[in-house]
Amino acid sequence: MADINITERQAGDVTILDLDGKVTIGEGSVALRSTIRRVLGEGKTKLLLNLGRVGYIDSSGIGELVSSFTAVNKEGGTLKLLNLTEKIQDLLAITKLLTVFDVYEDEGEALSSFN
Amino acid sequence: MTEQTEFILPSVIESVDMAAAKAESFARAIGLADDAIYAIDLAVRESVANAVKHGNKFDKDKDVEVTFADTGSGLEITVRDYGTGFSIEDIPDPTDRENLLKTNGRGILFMRSFMDEVDWDNPDGGGLMVKMVKNR
Repeated sequence: MADINITERQAGDVTILDLDGKVTIGEGSVALRSTIRRVLGEGKTKLLLNLGRVGYIDSSGIGELVSSFTAVNKEGGTLKLLNLTEKIQDLLAITKLLTVFDVYEDEGEALSSFN
Repeated sequence: MTEQTEFILPSVIESVDMAAAKAESFARAIGLADDAIYAIDLAVRESVANAVKHGNKFDKDKDVEVTFADTGSGLEITVRDYGTGFSIEDIPDPTDRENLLKTNGRGILFMRSFMDEVDWDNPDGGGLMVKMVKNR
């Protein structure tokens, strides 16, 4: 079984990626990177990562979130985070990345923020 | 009585999951709480990943040696590689503003944040060994 499943949904011009599983060194991080590259390649630059079903993330996974953020910015787009678990919130606080990412608990609010 | 286990892993990414699974099993067997097990799992993942990637540089002729010991007051873990070692002071602080958007360099921060003690040593025979303790 794959470490992570990533499902894509569209809400207007915002692409929502629902992540389900682990974002860790190896398969999980690679899957996230591949998906981000693919959607950017399709011209989708308003991205919302739903992390509510990410049960585990390590420093490699956190690095991949940063890499995704930077890649989207380079394309003139915006990447935001939705539904952080307590553990992910802790890790982003420890790394001071809560100062970098725009984070939401409500999907509707997150979608509105893109406009 | 001190319970102890040791094992040797190859320098491949799959060793990270293997070491984490063994750590969780050992920590549960000695009765540690879920919060401590999460911390141990994360620290073992980060330390073994460092040993495989930065220490042994994926050299299949170099092993990663791991030990777990129940000290009574907690769990002591060592992870050793056979790379060229490094000075911990040379690792940039990933929370400095200029490093925030770097894609790596946060593993040691997580190890220090989640474990009660973390120390590095250059043992006889070369390589680097990290010793970590999680108290009960």
